[in-house]
Amino acid sequence: MKQRTGMRHTFLLVALAVGMFGFAFALVPLYNVFCEITGLNGKTSSRAVSSEEIAASAQQADRQITIEFLAQSARGMPWEFRPIEDRLVVRPGELHATTFYVRNRAPQMVTGQAVPSVSPGLAAQYLKKLECFCFEQQELPAGGEMEMGVSFLVDSNLPADIKELTLSYTMFRIEDAEHEHIISQNE
Amino acid sequence: MVAHAETIPKRRHPVLEFAARWLFTTNHKEIGTLYLWLSFLLFFIAGGMAMVIRLELFEPGIQFTQPEFYNQVLTLHGLIMVFGAVMPAFVGLANWMIPLMIGAPDMALPRMNNFSFWILPFAFALLLSSLFMEGGAPNFGWTFYAPLSTTYGPPSTDFFILGVHLMGISSIMGAINIIVTIVNLRAPGMTWMKMPLFVWTWLITAFLLIMVMPVLAGVVTMMLTDRHFGTSFFNAAGGGDPVMFQHIFWFFGHPEVYIMILPGFGIASQIIPTFSRKKLFGYHSMVYATAAIAFLSFIVWGHHMFTTGMPFVAEMFFMIATMLIAVPTGVKVFNWVATMWRGSITFETPMLFAIGFVMMFTIGGFSGLMLALVPADFQYHDTFFVVAHFHYVLYPGAIFGTMAAVYYWLPKWCGHMYDERLGKIHFWTATIAVNTTFFPMHFSGLAGMPRRIPDYALQFTDFNMVSSIGAGVLGLTQVFFLFIVIKTIRAGARAKAQVWEGAEGLEWTVPSPAPLHTFETPPVIAEGQGH
Repeated sequence: MKQRTGMRHTFLLVALAVGMFGFAFALVPLYNVFCEITGLNGKTSSRAVSSEEIAASAQQADRQITIEFLAQSARGMPWEFRPIEDRLVVRPGELHATTFYVRNRAPQMVTGQAVPSVSPGLAAQYLKKLECFCFEQQELPAGGEMEMGVSFLVDSNLPADIKELTLSYTMFRIEDAEHEHIISQNE
Repeated sequence: MVAHAETIPKRRHPVLEFAARWLFTTNHKEIGTLYLWLSFLLFFIAGGMAMVIRLELFEPGIQFTQPEFYNQVLTLHGLIMVFGAVMPAFVGLANWMIPLMIGAPDMALPRMNNFSFWILPFAFALLLSSLFMEGGAPNFGWTFYAPLSTTYGPPSTDFFILGVHLMGISSIMGAINIIVTIVNLRAPGMTWMKMPLFVWTWLITAFLLIMVMPVLAGVVTMMLTDRHFGTSFFNAAGGGDPVMFQHIFWFFGHPEVYIMILPGFGIASQIIPTFSRKKLFGYHSMVYATAAIAFLSFIVWGHHMFTTGMPFVAEMFFMIATMLIAVPTGVKVFNWVATMWRGSITFETPMLFAIGFVMMFTIGGFSGLMLALVPADFQYHDTFFVVAHFHYVLYPGAIFGTMAAVYYWLPKWCGHMYDERLGKIHFWTATIAVNTTFFPMHFSGLAGMPRRIPDYALQFTDFNMVSSIGAGVLGLTQVFFLFIVIKTIRAGARAKAQVWEGAEGLEWTVPSPAPLHTFETPPVIAEGQGH
């Protein structure tokens, strides 16, 4: 038997298998990049748009878009979290602002991070945020409350068949994320 | 065993002797036998679960199982049939036959061969033990979609994850072994284009295994970290995406379905020429068609996900790519038919199973084409039509293929001829039963009966009763098959080396039963001989 070529082939094939295992994980960033470019599955950009971009966006006076706001706390997050306004009617290209209310119901300081999602998914790339509490983490002392602002505009390139948008936030607890996750699994 | 007796210095207790022989064997024939028996055992376990499913579906309403338990049985039935019955059976056949067909003394990596088999009993023990755990066995279907398997999976899901890891490692090692054997150990003169098609299809299958089993390992690892280590790969609220689970799963899953059928194609391509007493029609096109199917299998996974809200362009792409697969598959079916054309055909049991394979696999292929159509798929999705489709390609496809192979090579393995009359009874009862079981599912599915639900609307009762009766008979025919196999091993007419007078290939040059060690000096294949 060609002992040495046999071993070489074995190692090559093992390397291929290990490589494919890595490829499975590489699919995750690939998928995210793909979704962020195409705006599929409601992934919004986590980057603020600049005021130049906003100035460049043409206003459409004859079109109205209803935008609804949702807010929820993830499992294990002891915050009350809700939008102050449930919905706004906006014109594409116009800058708008709204606020969300949070209150820490836990007896200690808690840090939170909100993760946004837009529905329908195809509209995600047309919802541009100038300022958003989701760009950074929030800290609240026990029983503390506050209002957090987000300012945004709907790009006038939004496809004509989309008349309603939903912007949804989920608030995650940052400290002890792993610990909390395990507790929630065992519930 | 005689050959080994001299090398064992001390005699041990007979039980130890027996255990040591099978635990430590590195012989390709013995490991092949182990694989085949394990897959036979798991086939009956998963088949028993199918009986529970059909019993519950015999009538509308909840009779025998609670929905939670029904889901667990359904999940384990799928997982064990795929990973425990079909795949190990094909690996067992590969172990037995590939060295014999290419004139090799053994597999290239015999110790790894032993290891890859002995992982499997533990993998399935882990998976089956979950049935007895608090919270029950995995209940999310064999596709284990997130978040059913991550956020809402029972605690035993972790045993399932570990079991899948072990099965994956075993499959990858088996595949590496097969490739290294085929590439390095062919007898002199056995050029690539002289290799029997069973060897060719297995070579391509082994590459598919090495490419996709690690992806399966990756996706269950992500599940594990999502469940316990705070990641959010598949959790939308944490920035992940449950739809991504489906993409990664089906990137594995679609090549996987070809892993379960390509060796069957190889078996049909061995048996049909033998009993038609003609050379296989279009040998080269068979090889290229197999490779083309394997390649296409990597770019069609999206057809499992048409209803996830995929963009129109992607739906079109996956639809057209999927329909393209019909071309190489059609080449194969026409080649088999052309092989039989004007042959002097006899209908021994292996040939009956092979013809049954071609005809009924094609029915499954056609329903697959229907499912590939995006506008139609929205109606068929997650109905019993899908169940009918994949059971037609798996039961009369993969499993009839395996049975054809067992009848074809069993005389070579054990040196006895099986009882032809019993074999024919087995074929005809199984064929009638398999169609009775699965054909009505097309109709109930088209009429809207959803899959994976223990109860159904009254108008589906008749179809389901027919299916359940067919399933009961089908189960019994396989018990009968077990009886035939055991009877043949114990006694029967002596088989000659050339078991079938129309058969060609190196495996027929060794005596029946094949001695433990064959081709210690490689045979020489003359110019113009073999394929």
